[in-house]
Amino acid sequence: MNIQFTAEKLLEVKDIIARYPDGKQKSALIPVLHLAQQEFGGWLDVPVMDYVASLLQLKPIEVYEVATFYSMFNMKPVGKYVLEVCQTGPCMICGSDRIIEHIQQKLGIKPGETTADGLFTLKPAECLGACGYAPMMQLGKHFKEHLTIEKVDAILDELRAAAQS
Amino acid sequence: MKLLLAKAHIPNIRSYEVWKANGGYASVEKALKMTTDEIVEEVKKSGLRGRGGAGFPTGMKWSFIAKPEGVPRHLVVNADESEPGTFKDRYLMEFLPHLFIEGIIISSYALGSNTSYIYIRGEYAWIPDILNAAIAEAKAAGYLGKNILGTGFDLEIHVHRGAGAYICGEETALIESIEGKRGNPRIKPPFPAVQGLWMRPTVVNNVESIAAVSPIIEMGGEAYSKIGVGKSTGTKLISACGNINKPGVYEIDMTISVEEFIYSDAYCGGIANGKRLKACIPGGSSVPILPANLLLKTAKGEPRMMNYESLSDGGFQTGTMMGSGGFIVLDEDQCIVRHTMSLAHFYMHESCGQCSPCREGTGWMYRILKNIEYGKGKMKDIDLLWDVQRRIEGNTICPLGDAAAWPVAAAIRHFRDEFEWHVTHPEEAQVRNFGLAHYADERTVVAP
Repeated sequence: MNIQFTAEKLLEVKDIIARYPDGKQKSALIPVLHLAQQEFGGWLDVPVMDYVASLLQLKPIEVYEVATFYSMFNMKPVGKYVLEVCQTGPCMICGSDRIIEHIQQKLGIKPGETTADGLFTLKPAECLGACGYAPMMQLGKHFKEHLTIEKVDAILDELRAAAQS
Repeated sequence: MKLLLAKAHIPNIRSYEVWKANGGYASVEKALKMTTDEIVEEVKKSGLRGRGGAGFPTGMKWSFIAKPEGVPRHLVVNADESEPGTFKDRYLMEFLPHLFIEGIIISSYALGSNTSYIYIRGEYAWIPDILNAAIAEAKAAGYLGKNILGTGFDLEIHVHRGAGAYICGEETALIESIEGKRGNPRIKPPFPAVQGLWMRPTVVNNVESIAAVSPIIEMGGEAYSKIGVGKSTGTKLISACGNINKPGVYEIDMTISVEEFIYSDAYCGGIANGKRLKACIPGGSSVPILPANLLLKTAKGEPRMMNYESLSDGGFQTGTMMGSGGFIVLDEDQCIVRHTMSLAHFYMHESCGQCSPCREGTGWMYRILKNIEYGKGKMKDIDLLWDVQRRIEGNTICPLGDAAAWPVAAAIRHFRDEFEWHVTHPEEAQVRNFGLAHYADERTVVAP
C-alpha cells in the first residue's frame, strides 16, 4: 500500500495542526492518527506510524508510545467491520454477556478475533457512555443501542449485504 | 426545576435559529457587558460545584488561575465522559450544543482564554460534527472569532478528539493527551491553574459545569444558589441506567429523595420487569455501592436525598457519593460479585500503569474476583481482596487508584455474605445468583 495521504487529507492535516500554537504540532498527533487509521486499512502498521511521525516532525517512538496507549488505535489488522460491544457493569447487568456470546457463536470467533472472510472483528469494549441505552455496541462512527439477539442478527445481515454490493 | 434541559423538548433546538429564537445567546450578551471579575463573583455566589465528579466549587477553581504577563491562558472543557454509568455530557452536547457553546464563551471571557478546547472522548465520534456545526453558526452570528460583539474579546473553540482512555478524564492526563502524549497524570503541584496545557495557566471544567454557567449568568448567582439545599445548589443532571423502567438523563434540583427518583414515573419509573431493588451505585462506578436498605434510608433512619450531603451521609461506612451522577440500579437478579468483577476489569484495563499500586493492584483485584465468581475462591481471598484495595487507596498519583479500590471495598463491606456464599457454594453459584437476600430488609437504626 502506498502510504501517503491524498492532497485533500493533507489539507485536513494542515487544518488540524493550525488548531494548536506554533511549534505545538505534536498536539495534532491523536487526531492525525485517527485520520491515518481511517485511511490506511483500519489499523496502524509501523510504516503508517512512521509516516505520521514524519508529517508532524516527531520521532517514531513518540508516535508508537501514543498509538499503543489508546484503545481505539488498532495495532493489528481488523475486519472491515469492527463490532465493539460494551461489556462494563451497566451494560453487563442489562445483558451484554448474552450479546457477546451470541456474536461469538454466530461468527465462530472469540473476542479479539476476525472472521476468515475478513468481514468482522469482535472487540469487547469498556464503557462507551451509552449506559442508559444498554446493551450496545460501537460500529464505526456510530452506536447501535438497545441491542437484542434479533437486532444483532439484523445488523450482521445488513453488513454482509452491504459488503457484497 | 429545569435550567439546563428547559429547552430540550423544542424541535430543532440544535440549530442556531431555533436556539436564538428561544432566548439563546442572551447570557452571552449579558456577560460580555460585565467585567471578568463580576462573572467569577457570580459563579462563586452560585455555589456551583464541579459536575464531573469531584464536586469542587467552580468559582473557586477559576479564581486560582494565574495571570502572568504575556502568557496565554486556556479553558479546556472535559468532555471525556467515561465513568461507567455516566452519559449526561453526551446528551448536553448532542442535543443542546448552543447552551454548551454559550457556557464556553462566557467562561473563556471570564478566564481570559482566547483559544479554548473541548476534549471529547474519541468514541463519541459523531458529536464533533454537531459541535463544529454549532461553533460555525455561532461564529457566523458574531459570537465567536475576532472582537466578539465589539468588546475586543477574541475567541476560537477547537474540538479535540481523544482515542479511548478513561484516564484522560483526569485533568492532568487530559492535558498530556492534548499535548499529544500518553495520558499519564502529572504530579501536582504545579496545578493546571498555574502550569497546565503547554505549561500555560489552564482551567479544566466538566461539560455540565460549563453549561450551567449560562443560566447562572442569566438568573444571577444568588438566585441560582437558592435552588436546591445547603451546599447542593442549582440543578444536577443524573444519567439513570441499569434495571429500571425509564433509563435516561434527568435534571433534578437536589431536593427529591432517592426513593422518589427511583420509583416516580417522572424519573426512573421503578424497577424493570416488576423486580425488586437490590443495590445501587448512585454516582458513577467509582463511588461506593449501597444495598437497597442503606440507599433509601441513611443509617440514622432518615430518607436519603439526591444531593451531595445526603448521599455521602455516613461516610463510606454507610453512605456513598453524588460523584458524576451516573445512577446505576441493580435488581434482585444481579450478582454483586460478577458486577464488581466487571468493574474491576474496567479499572485494570484503564489504569495508565504509572503507579505500581494501581497497575498491579487492579489486576490482582480482577483475578481474585474472577476466581471467586467462577467457584475457585477461598475464604481468605475475600480478606486478600480487602487488603489489596486498601493498599491501592491513597497511594497513587491520581484518583484512579481510589476509584478502583472504592467499588471493591464497598461490595465487600455491604455484601460480604454474597462473597462468602460464592466460596461455600462454588457449584451452585455457577447456576444461580444469591438474589435479593436481606439487602432490602429494614435496617436496625444505628444510633448517631
